[in-house]
Amino acid sequence: MSIVVEGKGLTQDYHVAGGLFRPSKTVRAVKGVDFAVERGKTLAIVGESGSGKSTLARIVALIDRQSGGTLRIEGEDVDIGTGKPTRALRSKVQMVFQNPYGSLNPRQKVGEALTEPLLLNSDLDGPTRREKAEAMLEKVGLQRAHFNRYPHMFSGGQRQRIAIARALMLNPALLVLDEAVSALDLSVQAQVLNLLADLQEEFNLTYVFISHDLSVVRYIADEVMVMNKGEAVEQGSRDAVFTDPQHPYTRQLFAATPITDIEAIRARVARRKAARAAALA
Amino acid sequence: MALLKIRNLTVSFATSTGPFKAVDGIDVDIEPSEVLAIVGESGSGKSVSMLAVMGLLPDTATVTADVMEFDGRDMLSMSGAERRRIIGREITMIFQEPIASLNPSFTVGFQIEEVLRINAGMSKAAARARAIELFDAVGIPEPAEKMRSYPHQLSGGQCQRVMIAIAIATNPRLLIADEPTTALDVTIQKQILDLLLDLQETHGMGLILITHDMGVVAETADRVVVQFKGQKMEEADVLSLFEAPQHPYTRALLSALPELATGDRLPTVSDYFAEAGQ
Ligand SMILES: Nc1ncnc2c1ncn2[C@@H]1O[C@H](COP(=O)(O)OP(=O)(O)O)[C@@H](O)[C@H]1O
Ligand SMILES: Nc1ncnc2c1ncn2[C@@H]1O[C@H](COP(=O)(O)OP(=O)(O)O)[C@@H](O)[C@H]1O
Ligand SMILES: [Mg+2]
Ligand SMILES: [Mg+2]
Repeated sequence: MSIVVEGKGLTQDYHVAGGLFRPSKTVRAVKGVDFAVERGKTLAIVGESGSGKSTLARIVALIDRQSGGTLRIEGEDVDIGTGKPTRALRSKVQMVFQNPYGSLNPRQKVGEALTEPLLLNSDLDGPTRREKAEAMLEKVGLQRAHFNRYPHMFSGGQRQRIAIARALMLNPALLVLDEAVSALDLSVQAQVLNLLADLQEEFNLTYVFISHDLSVVRYIADEVMVMNKGEAVEQGSRDAVFTDPQHPYTRQLFAATPITDIEAIRARVARRKAARAAALA
Repeated sequence: MALLKIRNLTVSFATSTGPFKAVDGIDVDIEPSEVLAIVGESGSGKSVSMLAVMGLLPDTATVTADVMEFDGRDMLSMSGAERRRIIGREITMIFQEPIASLNPSFTVGFQIEEVLRINAGMSKAAARARAIELFDAVGIPEPAEKMRSYPHQLSGGQCQRVMIAIAIATNPRLLIADEPTTALDVTIQKQILDLLLDLQETHGMGLILITHDMGVVAETADRVVVQFKGQKMEEADVLSLFEAPQHPYTRALLSALPELATGDRLPTVSDYFAEAGQ
């Protein structure tokens, strides 16, 4: 059992510039978060907007440097400092965003999007890069022929498959997925979630999966972290968090999440009938 | 008598590749005091069908219907002036993006007072007093002070409360809410849905709730219409829909819900999509 990614006391401060009548200030968006994820497992981070999920994701994905605390990837302390992460480190961690259209360059063919990470981070020759990209397209449920198409020719779900394929080109150990299925329709979301499960099994991938949707988190997570206002208010195994939430905020989140429980619907319908009858009487 | 009765509603758009049928022969009935949910995935024509009722579609849209009656009045044959007396007064609508639905250059107080003056014929002083009452009714704290706020100074949830206050300002018989909570966090979503249902019950309004979220349907609707590619797949009371869905598309949608997953894999709707030729 090995820990792929570990955070200790991670904090992130944003400096917000002042205006004419506003002093500049510092906002602490992540307030000392600890976690560790084992290889092949999924840590899901759930919370409402502004709770600091994306800020934490960007630290873990080596996009932003943390203000405080330590980040370890495969046992080594990582400090991206002011420079870019090394090739080896960059290859280990990749990120997938909510809006695949935003992360794919509309003027770049799918093939170029997929081979670009190899061009920048490996010494593979052109034909090998192309072969790897076409094989990856098949892996994520697309076709080799899609290599020469542009992103706008694909549906939202297909574009998210392309973004996942691109993230996997460097054989990463860790994938950070920030609301990666949140913009997808239910049916497409189910397909992408299945794909993520297949890929995790095949490549023994570790996921940090960020979502505001509790039902998706319940489906995909091994471990769950609940964030509120920059703090991890609750952490535990999926079953522990979902069957016996400890923190009042977690309970509030569960209570607010609409569910399709038949008995609950039956009770609500009966309540409404009674209220109507009372109103008429 | 149905509050709103629509038969064979069709909307097609003129596009560079020819006409595109976004709504393809939809029937809608809603009774007074009923909550009707229209559910479907994106692009299924939910918004377009209701925008057609409101007359809010661009000129590229061609709208036809065999019947469109509100409260027994034929909306197809009535004059523009008659229609305007219904739309925005007896039928009002709120949208997904509450902040974008408000005018950024005016205070929210000015915007609701304007609706009360124009659509309810109130004096300036009466409109102001009523606006504060309405803000209070939709749960805006310190309503008199909040009247002076600009939309960007309020949270998304508060802007949606303002939109709801404006939408109920004329005591409408029917409120159409198009994904009113999709852009909001779940705890705020719950507050807004509770507010809408509460207003619906106390005012006896009809409420058409457009959503893509089966959980929202389960917790709000009396009756449900399931829409796919501009067509109605199924219509049922809410309990029947979840207990015994009749149409394969409804069954597929429900089985794709992660919360109902029993095994490791989620069933997907792709088989049905393949059948339907997508
Ligand atoms: N670049 C930034 N500059 C200043 N504040 C920021 C920036 N990015 C995020 N924030 C603030 O940090 C907090 C956390 O934001 P974020 O991590 O995006 O939350 P989430 O992803 O959970 O919605 C919010 O209050 C947000 O306004
Ligand atoms: N102004 C328009 N011009 C052309 N097509 C449109 C226009 N508005 C909507 N559509 C198309 O009509 C279909 C139905 O759209 P809509 O009613 O917005 O779907 P929903 O609300 O169910 O997500 C979509 O395919 C959409 O792209
Ligand atoms: Mg975010
Ligand atoms: Mg819509």
